[in-house]
Amino acid sequence: MAAIRAPEQRLEATTMAAVARPIAQNRVAVLGLAAVGLLAAALALIFFYAPTDADQGFSQRIFYFHVPVALTAYVCFGWGAWKALRVLWKRDESADMQSYVAIHQGVVFGALTLLTGSIWAKASWGVWWSWSENQLVLFLVLFLFYCAYFMLRYSVEAGPSRANMCAVYALFGVVLIPVSFLAIRLSQKFIHPVVFTLHGPQMTGAQFLTFCVSLAAMLALFATLYAVELAGKRADADLRELRALLLQ
Amino acid sequence: MTYIADVSALARKDLLLELRAKETLPSMLVFVIATLTIFHFAVPHGTRHVAALGLLWVALLFTALLALTRAFVAEREERLFDALVLAPCDRSAIWLGKALAVLAFLVAAEVVALPAFAAFFSGIDAHTVAAVALADVGICAVGTLLGAMAVAGRARELLLPLLFLPLAVPIVVGGVGASAGAGGRYLLFLAFYDAVFGVLSWAAFEYVVAET
Repeated sequence: MAAIRAPEQRLEATTMAAVARPIAQNRVAVLGLAAVGLLAAALALIFFYAPTDADQGFSQRIFYFHVPVALTAYVCFGWGAWKALRVLWKRDESADMQSYVAIHQGVVFGALTLLTGSIWAKASWGVWWSWSENQLVLFLVLFLFYCAYFMLRYSVEAGPSRANMCAVYALFGVVLIPVSFLAIRLSQKFIHPVVFTLHGPQMTGAQFLTFCVSLAAMLALFATLYAVELAGKRADADLRELRALLLQ
Repeated sequence: MTYIADVSALARKDLLLELRAKETLPSMLVFVIATLTIFHFAVPHGTRHVAALGLLWVALLFTALLALTRAFVAEREERLFDALVLAPCDRSAIWLGKALAVLAFLVAAEVVALPAFAAFFSGIDAHTVAAVALADVGICAVGTLLGAMAVAGRARELLLPLLFLPLAVPIVVGGVGASAGAGGRYLLFLAFYDAVFGVLSWAAFEYVVAET
């Protein structure tokens, strides 16, 4: 529709859209404050409230960081896939950028998971990398998969065709998660500590509270980063469009 | 019925092209034998049977990548894609026809590669053959879809392995597991992979070639 409007009208519409955006920044500020508050609360609970693990000692406290980060990465990938589905299903053009930003955050949280998992492995098993730790191997596969997503995105010219391809690849990723998990589980014996079982979390009340606050903090952090990056990307797109219109 | 006719026409077109140009299959055959020769020198003498079987899977995967990289090059270079997309057939038929053609090349290469492996390293059992057959289906299904994506990019030869290898991890797990003697469970897993990713690729192909 935009193509058939007069350039002046488009310029006006784009400017209005760019001016209206900062209103949304209030939400970013609220999210940011929530994330900072929750992170501070989580750190306080992790170091001063949660009991020291009888088996693994102090190093077990990284659990409250590692597992929420990993779960947040899954949430990012899931959210990215959901937006990808909207690209294909509803032909929602803005969903392409949202899917990309969510996956970008997912890769950041995924890298943090690999890093914290590696530190935990060193502290509790004495090795930096353990192929017998299923979740860590799964994250490595996912990390490689989503790195390829960026290669694909930057190799194909922008447009609806790229949006479709990236969406299809993002959906493959979310199917790959359970299939790879099954594969990795089949490929080796299972020595990863199982904290969540079918009988509910195997934690004391204090541990579970700390874990929940940490998870909420990580999710709030993701929501903030997601909103900030999306606002930045949108401002960038608006600026490009304005410049193109002004130089016409 | 017209769907099957479309698919077979498209697959025959690729086989005929290959028969005339002889571009892909000879290079796959030379590549797989060369890889097995390299592996002979790469692994120390008296290596266990299982380690050699692992190498077989690496060789087969990379040989398949060779065919998949070439799969859509003619379509892009000769601008055949536009004509195919305009053709009055279901777009998934393009994917299925291409996947079947790639499968034919891969099976032809394996008919040479598996006996060569048996001669160079150690014998192979029925489980390995069954696993190779099941893995081929998955490799061709997923690889053809990703191949169509990769040719649209600037770095097409570079892009396909990056896109494909993370998705091939479950295939290697299933394949090596089945040939290492654990059999049934792993074959079942390969069949499960084929079903899931086959249906997904079949459904998704339309979006990959559509211009809008």
